[in-house]
Amino acid sequence: MPKRTGKKTILFEKPPSIISSGSVAGKKEGEGPLAPYFDTIMKESRMGQPSWEKAERLMQKNSAQKALEKAGLAFSDIDYIFAGDLLNQCVSSSYAFREYDVSFFGLYGACSTIAESLCLAAVFAESGAAKNCLCATSSHFCSAERQFRFPLEYGGQLTPTSQWTATAAGAFIVSSSGAAPFVRAATVGAIEDLGIKDINNMGAAMAPAAAKTIGNFLADTKTKPSDYDLILSGDLGKVGSDMLLQLLKREGVDISQNHNDCGLILFDESQEVNAGASGAGCSAAVLASYIMPKLKSGELGDILFVATGALMSTLTVQQGESIPCIAHLVRLSHGLL
Amino acid sequence: MSVTVNDYAELVKERSPKSAVWKNCVSAYIWGGGICLFGEFIANLIIRFFKIEKKEALGFASIALIFIAIALTGLNVFDSIAKKAKAGTLVPITGFANSMASPALEFRSEGFVAGLGAKIFVIAGPVIVYGLSASVLYGLIIYIFKLF
Repeated sequence: MPKRTGKKTILFEKPPSIISSGSVAGKKEGEGPLAPYFDTIMKESRMGQPSWEKAERLMQKNSAQKALEKAGLAFSDIDYIFAGDLLNQCVSSSYAFREYDVSFFGLYGACSTIAESLCLAAVFAESGAAKNCLCATSSHFCSAERQFRFPLEYGGQLTPTSQWTATAAGAFIVSSSGAAPFVRAATVGAIEDLGIKDINNMGAAMAPAAAKTIGNFLADTKTKPSDYDLILSGDLGKVGSDMLLQLLKREGVDISQNHNDCGLILFDESQEVNAGASGAGCSAAVLASYIMPKLKSGELGDILFVATGALMSTLTVQQGESIPCIAHLVRLSHGLL
Repeated sequence: MSVTVNDYAELVKERSPKSAVWKNCVSAYIWGGGICLFGEFIANLIIRFFKIEKKEALGFASIALIFIAIALTGLNVFDSIAKKAKAGTLVPITGFANSMASPALEFRSEGFVAGLGAKIFVIAGPVIVYGLSASVLYGLIIYIFKLF
């Protein structure tokens, strides 16, 4: 059974396994350094659909189908779906899975959603409530841009601290039994707001939440950063990653040796994405495509995956409010020691 | 965490990269000036070939610039130019044209009434509202001064 330890951490005594993962990436993402790792790269960002929203839900569905295909399962083998995205009312997820008769939890944790869903799926799988759970998230640059910012063809300017919403989707099958990688522990974040109001500096807004969750996990489990091969934050980008290191340093925790960030891995410098990538699909696709095989083979033994999310809406931003943020952590490992 | 809201605001301000203001100003000056020069060129062409007054020719030149900006928006190139030109494409009439053409294109998918029709002024709307309000105020001030 999942066991709670310390302030905010859940330990899985019989760790559930992530038996497969699937990823879909947009055209620009497919021209980046992770190109060889994605299952599918879209030829064009609309995927032949009449709207960006339809393209996004198709992307999420495709990533789920890919994960199922690799595991040799069908939707009928899945007990619960935990899925989310950035669009209002999480339409990408609910429309993507409406044709399948599978119990469904729609989640919203902005860019942290995939960690939230992995944590919930692991609790369900270990407790015996489910055998197989599907976790999926997506984001699409074009559908997010029109919801949160400006029309695509508008010639506006972006600041160097702004992040680029990734066009990507990632899906995972979490099973009560199976081979590596395993979900060993999870720390559920609390909402953290250090007063940042700049919607073009979400990395800085989210960093305190990540620092808090990492700090809580290390304290709850009485471990130190060097016990892990990699501490992978969700999508803090350049500015947020720097802030995270700074904040933890003040607490006497140094993660500079083994920290990396999904928002920094997805694109390279020449792709002009300012401070890096973001979006619910960013960390999901990076984890599903690039990290999972390394965890499976044992190249990475033990990692902390900390996805972060900015929980504002366009309305609260216009009303001058600061950005509440969250970070959820899951510990993933190759072995069970 | 020990960090306070004020501490953190300081830290973020100190460590966030800043926009290259001077470089952007130079780009805007060159591109914006270039667009205006091009407008003058069109106006002079119109005066020469159609033999009309300068005042009217300037109106036609504006229309030509609006047309070009909208065409470039439709061809997906305006935003790429704007990225290089910084505020250079924003300030002349080209920026206004783009701010109306881009939502018109974007919100077509929600239909001609609730989408295109309703959203076309989403960026330009405030400019029109406050531009008109300012001109009314300005007119009023002039009217009052002329009374005495």
